[in-house]
Amino acid sequence: MSLVRRRTDLPTTSDATSRFVPLLIALMVFLAVMALSGLMVLHGLAGRWERDIRGTLTVQVPAVISGPEAEARSHAKVEAALNILSDTRGVLHAEPLGRDRIISLLEPWLGSADLIAELPLPRLIDVTTDPHIAIDIKALAARLEAVQPGATVEDHRIWLGRLLRLTRSVEMLAVLVLGLVGVITSATVIFATRTGMAIHHQVIEVLHLIGAQDDYIARQFARRTFLMGLKGGVIGLGLGIGAIFSFGFMARSLEGGVLPEFWLTPAHWLAVVSLPLAAAWIATLTARIAVLRALARMT
Amino acid sequence: MSARLPPSFDHVMRFESVGLRYGQRPEVLEDIRLDLKPGSFHFLTGASGAGKSSLLRLMYLGQRPTRGLITLFGQDVATLPRSKLPALRRRIGVVFQDFHLLDHMSAVDNVALPLRVAGVSESEIKKHVPELLSWVGLADHLNAKPPVLSGGQKQRVAIARAVIARPDLLLADEPTGNVDDTLATRLLYLFEELNKLGTTVVIATHNEGLIKSFAHSRLHLERGRLVDPPPFKEG
Repeated sequence: MSLVRRRTDLPTTSDATSRFVPLLIALMVFLAVMALSGLMVLHGLAGRWERDIRGTLTVQVPAVISGPEAEARSHAKVEAALNILSDTRGVLHAEPLGRDRIISLLEPWLGSADLIAELPLPRLIDVTTDPHIAIDIKALAARLEAVQPGATVEDHRIWLGRLLRLTRSVEMLAVLVLGLVGVITSATVIFATRTGMAIHHQVIEVLHLIGAQDDYIARQFARRTFLMGLKGGVIGLGLGIGAIFSFGFMARSLEGGVLPEFWLTPAHWLAVVSLPLAAAWIATLTARIAVLRALARMT
Repeated sequence: MSARLPPSFDHVMRFESVGLRYGQRPEVLEDIRLDLKPGSFHFLTGASGAGKSSLLRLMYLGQRPTRGLITLFGQDVATLPRSKLPALRRRIGVVFQDFHLLDHMSAVDNVALPLRVAGVSESEIKKHVPELLSWVGLADHLNAKPPVLSGGQKQRVAIARAVIARPDLLLADEPTGNVDDTLATRLLYLFEELNKLGTTVVIATHNEGLIKSFAHSRLHLERGRLVDPPPFKEG
């Protein structure tokens, strides 16, 4: 017998649980959509950051800001640093960033480009390293410092490590939220099923006495719960998708990418839209088990 | 439809020293011994509170005895796995005193319930259920729900539901309590027809007139004990 067969022996629309359960499952699915999409976006983002930053260093050389031929002296300092880098094993490529590029990188944070141009900006060298060769960053920094006092090496791995740790923590939190959503959904369905069984006690008793197998009665409740779960799940999904689009729109409207781009891949969308079905399935299974256990206690 | 009893069965139901009590109260049924032969017809009589409904409840497996042995269709009910009980219950048709009809279902659906539970096809159900409801005089009320039916009409729906699956054992608690004498006699004839087809029938009733009209054995309860039935009252 199909789970979604239309005929049922239970009055499906006459009790409070038929309104309460879809509402609660809608809320749970909404939370699950937010947690899952957040989890997937963060996971993708962390992976992208790791790929982008692994194998790169930034060398910062203080600029000469006053005195005769300040620009030429600054340039010479950068050239000296480049020579050291080219002699360092594991460095694949080193390229000084142009002043315009530095200004454009700072613009989202500091505002007007004209204002930034007035500032004593250090010179930056973007270094690409061989990810298979470990560079002694401390030794490199010491050599650069010896030739160019004030020069520093920015190893992205340090802050990336911190960022990844933070990201993983948030990811675990999202997984925890998903787990809690599952547990709360199950607990709600157990409560609603027991209430439903109490309300429809007479129907159950009649079915029982005319020889209905426990499975027959459990299927009736399971089907009812599946439909309520699916209804609530679709509502929750709709709200969740609305929230995702709103958040994505807000993230894009903030200038300069202060927030990471919030987008989902087709595979992510597939996972998100399957949440109502997953919720309905959890609810159905829970209701079925709850009914079978309750019936097992009957004569 | 249910299978007929194999000829080797010498009894449909047997009670041996059966007792029933509710909680810590005194026994409502004491030391019940009875043997219902296949195809037999019995009236269950006794004053109100004598234990007729309790005895019927034990018979339709709505209650477990507190002592004694009940054998139904050759199987010890106490030792039978729970999963086997529904199959036994499907061989029993019950007319409950308070009907136990499902208010959200039409008369047709109420009567069809035992067939659906047994997995009978919808085409069979559409063929047999309206026919039986017409026979009990409810042709004009096929789609009516119990709340709009009179007491007598509900009773007839309950009777139709009990007999639709041609049970091996039919138990009825005051099945003619809410109908006039003519219809009561007609319903008793229906029970007799079923009985002729092999169904064992037990009818709990106060209606002495009916019992007199149909010459069948009597099981008489007095204060929870089966005793020899008293003679009918004069007049």
